[in-house]
Amino acid sequence: MPSTSVVNGARIRAIIAEHAGREGPLLPILLAIQEEWGHLPREALPVVAEALNLTRAEVFGVASFYHDLREAPPGRHVLRLCRAEACQAVGAAALAEAAQARLGIGWGETTADGAVTLEPVFCLGLCACGPAALVDGRPVGRLDALGLDALLAEVR
Amino acid sequence: MRVWLSQDAAARALGADAVAAALRREAAARGVALDLVRTGSHGMVWLEPLLEIAGPHGRMAFGPMTPADVPALFERPAAHPRALGPTQSLDWMARQTRLTFARCGINDPLDLSAYEAAGGLAGLRKALAMPPAEVVRAVTESGLRGRGGAGFPAGIKWKTAAGAAAAQKYVVCNADEGDSGTFADRMLIEGDPFCLIEGMAIAGHAIGATRGYVYLRSEYPDAIGILTRALAVARSEGVLGPQVLGRGAAFDIELRIGAGAYVCGEETSLLNSIEGLRPVVRAKPPLPAIEGLFGRPTVVNNVITLASVPVILDRGADFYRDFGIGRSRGTIPLQLAGNVRRGGLFEAAFGLTLAEIVDDLAGGTASGRPVKAVQVGGPLGAYFPRALFDTPFGYEEYAGRDGLIGHAGIVVFDDSVDMLAQARFAMEFCAIESCGKCTPCRVGAVRGVETIDRIARGDAAARSLLAELCDTMKYGSLCALGGFTPYPVMSALAHFPQDFDRAREAAE
Ligand SMILES: Cc1cc2nc3c(=O)[nH]c(=O)nc-3n(C[C@H](O)[C@H](O)[C@H](O)COP(=O)(O)O)c2cc1C
Ligand code: SF4
Ligand code: FES
Repeated sequence: MPSTSVVNGARIRAIIAEHAGREGPLLPILLAIQEEWGHLPREALPVVAEALNLTRAEVFGVASFYHDLREAPPGRHVLRLCRAEACQAVGAAALAEAAQARLGIGWGETTADGAVTLEPVFCLGLCACGPAALVDGRPVGRLDALGLDALLAEVR
Repeated sequence: MRVWLSQDAAARALGADAVAAALRREAAARGVALDLVRTGSHGMVWLEPLLEIAGPHGRMAFGPMTPADVPALFERPAAHPRALGPTQSLDWMARQTRLTFARCGINDPLDLSAYEAAGGLAGLRKALAMPPAEVVRAVTESGLRGRGGAGFPAGIKWKTAAGAAAAQKYVVCNADEGDSGTFADRMLIEGDPFCLIEGMAIAGHAIGATRGYVYLRSEYPDAIGILTRALAVARSEGVLGPQVLGRGAAFDIELRIGAGAYVCGEETSLLNSIEGLRPVVRAKPPLPAIEGLFGRPTVVNNVITLASVPVILDRGADFYRDFGIGRSRGTIPLQLAGNVRRGGLFEAAFGLTLAEIVDDLAGGTASGRPVKAVQVGGPLGAYFPRALFDTPFGYEEYAGRDGLIGHAGIVVFDDSVDMLAQARFAMEFCAIESCGKCTPCRVGAVRGVETIDRIARGDAAARSLLAELCDTMKYGSLCALGGFTPYPVMSALAHFPQDFDRAREAAE
């Protein structure tokens, strides 16, 4: 996954072509672009708009709506911590504070060394074994400050 | 040696993959041929990773397992410190009425022949032999209501869509499962995906739809992987395709992934999301059953609603309807979450009281401290104090106490919880997730956070302001995000007023 936003127009058009036959192809295309570049490069939006015969405003209106769609590339690892109620009931707020303190960043930010991006998430369906997290898509349950240190040591 | 080990995301979150690796290592070292079957979860999350081996009285359960517990399994399993006994005789299993989750946790979720051997596809076969109107009638007579939150009778929705004439109709499965404290959709998709596919195919036959969509949230990567593969198997085995099971009309299902917006669980926002529009909520009418996806007649149902249809067709509407209380018929997968000793999924007929659920099934709090509040029905559900623990689990029963059952998530808090903070979070969540279409929700939620902050600073007058604001949101919002956020807020204030009594800050 290239971390710079050098956007290859041909590759974007190939992604668009892959999905163009579907009903309602816009969101799958945006997700596929993010899958490839780690974020939605701004330059990609007009290309998508033109290909789907939409205005740039329409495409931007959709892209800006979703929490998952990022404007900037994430770090090498993404730590998504659950902030929702069932995890709150078992200490998610304190864990989130610990994570922010350890990493020295807030929600949605990436550490200066580019290693970790910290994102909030509202429920992972792991509510009977919280506090819960997804580390690069891998589910983690009953996470505490010690477990967090181990996870961060693993990925940094 | 055959071993069944859960691969449910909750089991993996608690180390199931490390247990699997230890099993392989140990078997190889001992020269034992290992037949490891990764299954869904039985729902006993506090015992995950849960593993089973064949015993004289059915499968024997072991859990919670760690890699260090693995070697002893190859010695004398009966004397293993993690041995729990026959799985089906465990109190948690024996006390359930497993209709929708009958097969979850038992087999490899992608093994279609195991699915059929366990009774799968029987409902679809019966449905295909019936005229569509009869199928709709069976669903109506079963009393099945929407499990996504609103509780609308499924059969009536199907009948509306069936009666609408159109060249193309759709069945859309709502698998956005955004409510905190809920994981039934996830568990079913990861543990028994063919059951959902079967339910959708029955719906397609009933309303005359040839296309289906599952809208699945991005926060569930494991479920996405399993459903993707299950759809491919269903297609190659002829469950889906140009002719369902070789005799029905065409029906196929496409998977769509969400992008982290809670409001996309609202059915019209979800339809806009699939269409590629900005997913704001649509005004109703028109009903989606008449003008839904791409303006065509569309049935939108929750995963559990659809996955309950096969058993209804297979065993009959009466069989299903005979479970439950009042207008809440059949079974409901209760999801016990938060600060509980025993968390997980427990499917039961409607009617258990909250005391039975929280004190008996869940065994009280994990922390060992007293239970202070229980939020039922997700982030838009009310907080109940112990005084309301006699409420039987049912749609009307909860509504009668200014609450809702929602998707049947039950989140337990001990006495360390600050209910003012919970009320503030409810408003904050609404502000973050609002689609922005109506002012009472978009602006009201932000004002709500500010008003609760004033109360926290000791401004007692702000309480009546909060009540007025909640009233405005309740009556002036287009959908339940703005309309129901007052439930958690006002229930916190009504039942736990002491948490809102803050001393005025010294500066004042
Ligand atoms: C803000 C909001 C979020 C919702 N989220 C979900 C959801 O995640 N899953 C779901 O099935 N229904 C959800 N609903 C309810 C749906 O709008 C709709 O009632 C449901 O999908 C209908 O299916 P059912 O009748 O089978 O429950 C939500 C409603 C609102 C207002
Ligand atoms: S209540 Fe909120 S989320 Fe619902 S339509 Fe209005 S602004 Fe959108
Ligand atoms: S509330 Fe955290 S995983 Fe559901």
